[in-house]
Amino acid sequence: MINWRLSHSLHALPGADDIQRIELANGITLLMRCNPFSPSVVMSGYFPAGSQYDPPEKLGLAYLTALALMRGTQRRTFQQIFDTLETAGASLGFAGSVHTVSFGGRCLVEDLPMLLELLGEVLTQPAFPPDQVERLRVQHLTSLAIRAQDTAEMASLVFDETLFDNHPYGKPEDGYPHTIQNIRHEDMLDFHHRYYSPAGMVLAVVGGIEPAQVADWVNHHLGGWQNQTNLPEVDFPSLKPPKEDIRRHVSIDGKSQCDLVVGTFGPRRADPDFFPAIVGNNILGQLGMMGRIGEIIREQYGLAYYAAANLVASTAAGSWEVSAGVDPQNLQRAIDLIRNEIAYFTSEPVAEEELADSKANLIGRLPLALESNAGVAGALLNIERYGLGLDYYRRYPSIIENVSREDVLETARRYLNSGGMVIVSAGPDGGNAA
Amino acid sequence: MADDILRAQLPNGLTVQLKEIHTAPLISHWVWYRVGSRYEQTGKRGISHWVEHMQFKGTPRFPPGTPDKAIARTGGSWNAFTHMDWTTYFETLPADHLTLALEIESDRMINSLFDPKEVEAERTVILSELAGNLNEPLFLLSDAVQKASFEQHPYRNEVIGTPEDLQTIQRDDLFDHYRRYYHPANALVTIAGDFDAGQVLRQIEDWYGSLPPGQPAENPTSPEPPVPEERHLAVSGPGETVYMQIAYRSPAAADPDFFALTVVDSLLAGPTSLNMFGGGGISNKTSRLYHALVEKELAVGVSGGMQATCDPFLYDLTITLRPDRQPDEVLAVVDDEIKRLQDTLVSEQEIQRAIKQARAMFAYGSENITNQAFWLGFAEMFAEYQWFSRYLERLAQITPADVLRAAQRWLPSGQRVVGVFYPLNGAQP
Repeated sequence: MINWRLSHSLHALPGADDIQRIELANGITLLMRCNPFSPSVVMSGYFPAGSQYDPPEKLGLAYLTALALMRGTQRRTFQQIFDTLETAGASLGFAGSVHTVSFGGRCLVEDLPMLLELLGEVLTQPAFPPDQVERLRVQHLTSLAIRAQDTAEMASLVFDETLFDNHPYGKPEDGYPHTIQNIRHEDMLDFHHRYYSPAGMVLAVVGGIEPAQVADWVNHHLGGWQNQTNLPEVDFPSLKPPKEDIRRHVSIDGKSQCDLVVGTFGPRRADPDFFPAIVGNNILGQLGMMGRIGEIIREQYGLAYYAAANLVASTAAGSWEVSAGVDPQNLQRAIDLIRNEIAYFTSEPVAEEELADSKANLIGRLPLALESNAGVAGALLNIERYGLGLDYYRRYPSIIENVSREDVLETARRYLNSGGMVIVSAGPDGGNAA
Repeated sequence: MADDILRAQLPNGLTVQLKEIHTAPLISHWVWYRVGSRYEQTGKRGISHWVEHMQFKGTPRFPPGTPDKAIARTGGSWNAFTHMDWTTYFETLPADHLTLALEIESDRMINSLFDPKEVEAERTVILSELAGNLNEPLFLLSDAVQKASFEQHPYRNEVIGTPEDLQTIQRDDLFDHYRRYYHPANALVTIAGDFDAGQVLRQIEDWYGSLPPGQPAENPTSPEPPVPEERHLAVSGPGETVYMQIAYRSPAAADPDFFALTVVDSLLAGPTSLNMFGGGGISNKTSRLYHALVEKELAVGVSGGMQATCDPFLYDLTITLRPDRQPDEVLAVVDDEIKRLQDTLVSEQEIQRAIKQARAMFAYGSENITNQAFWLGFAEMFAEYQWFSRYLERLAQITPADVLRAAQRWLPSGQRVVGVFYPLNGAQP
């Protein structure tokens, strides 16, 4: 069934000639790539039923509904579902985000029909058994209690709440304890009925199996799913950068370390300046030992174990953040040093050598990122989610090569110089806390 | 070439293991040293990990930061890990950049500078890393349980060290430790990936062959027997959740019982993945303890932990309690489940299930060159590569009687440590 090519490597990056893309009659988009060396398969995907549809008093509904899919169907109990999976050494799980519910699973090639059957069953016939929903709620409330004590998670959460004030991106998709308490069993049934549909679902299957065989099985297990939904328009208000700095501190007593996030808006994934931004961000806080930020905060001053810059580029908006874990006594010093680096980054073009290093890194790391089935499946979903085109990963080197020092500087100024910064720390109260 | 491995030893004592894998245009190069917290004395706890940090702080040939840049330019990744039994450094790179890894690692095996200024800056970084760990309830609990589980053996100490020792260790202490353990006769180089093994062996001879030999590290310690009686302890710290950890002495990885206890772990708490990179685990929702604790609403989660170590270490069960439950009632249920494994033969089917789970996890891990090269060296640190390559075969030989005997021998309630973490912020149950 498989054309084994053991004599040479699967060297090429994925492209139009080895990605199969099929649209099923019911609206599911299926992307596949065969990896003849692999005895296993990864299956991952998403569909548009995210937390953007949550009523504010029931924030976390989309998230909890997605998690509850695996708690029982009209045909199988929770234990039967997991007995099927675990007996095969397979996995399947769901997670919610603002726009979509995503899912991922893996198994040995011989078990793919089982995994697809289970995926179809939990998506179309979930039972949301009340006792299981209650158990899930308690488990989730426990994880929220743990989150409330986690300095890194709380700094990140309050950063998003502050930067994305009155915007769906400012609300945590996993909810708050009081909103999780408001969610009823009927809410999940209703949410599933209203928003779960094959239209807009994307599924990627990558591994040691021929695409034609995968397509047959997907058609068999998911092709019959019909549910016409009318997804309501969600308001994603336009965002303005803060006029001046906004400082927040989350007090978590008894901790030894503060986590810090400093940042503002960044480009959206589909914006043309996304590429200059990733080339620049790499220089600012990723390359080598976390770029210029790591060099100053960790290497020169020894203030933190980690200090890095990140772009979070999504569909409706993005953020550009520097984060660090520091001793509470060093908090203000770390903030000052980060601000100085950002000011320098937006005042002078990066050096030619830095630019060349950043580009070589971004291009050179593709084979490593795309080595595993999971890496390729993620790339296929990325292509579909942002309409990048099947040849995106082969065009990527030339896109990156075309970024100039001036593009990086202009982009950095557009976002990082446009107003104040949101500065959030979480940890013990120190002399520096706001 | 057994197991498709090329194994060689250079005249200076360096051991080499190479495995050709032509599935992606990548290589992963690892150097392993037989040194870690197991080799440390009181007053110097954390020194192996600190030396590992200093290995990134420059040699005359590669000033600080230059290898980072050279590796970043290739798009590759590199890192290092200090464990109880070993310390290791790796580079995963596009296959045509293998020379860069050979150049960096052969150089820093003997030429690191340990600049006093860099030593001081690193002191703050490591104290900050420790502070991050001390934020975690499970770190506090595991640390206390480990200390209560060993009287003498260095496995009682956390690899990162103690705040006191990290304040007092000096530059020369670090340099002496480096000189003693970092040399060809105490090292193993493993490489997996897209290359010709014969050709690469010649390159290794070129880069590493002229380094002066040293003395292999002597075995620093001897195994410590289990605690003579059941010990209970409590720790507290910021948090809102009660955790319980139950720790039994585990067999060393080379002990044939390791495989039987692996099956016990799989049945009790779900299979533990030993893959360090890639693969991911399998959920444990049909394990006996998940049934008894989570399904019965005593706990929100349970996991088992097995590590492959040189000396007997710990098999632990970590349980996240529901807010309305008491540690005593949870412990009683755990005891019932362990007793069932000690009294009643499991079915052949249950063992077959554990084997299939292990086969799947091996398949997932094999996709990743870094993980393959990791195993090439990791298994050698406590046994030999065949430990890994025959793992599934060994597991398949386990019988229901082996499982019963392993549960009786390794999980006696009179020789364990039970620790509970009580959150200061939440209600104490």
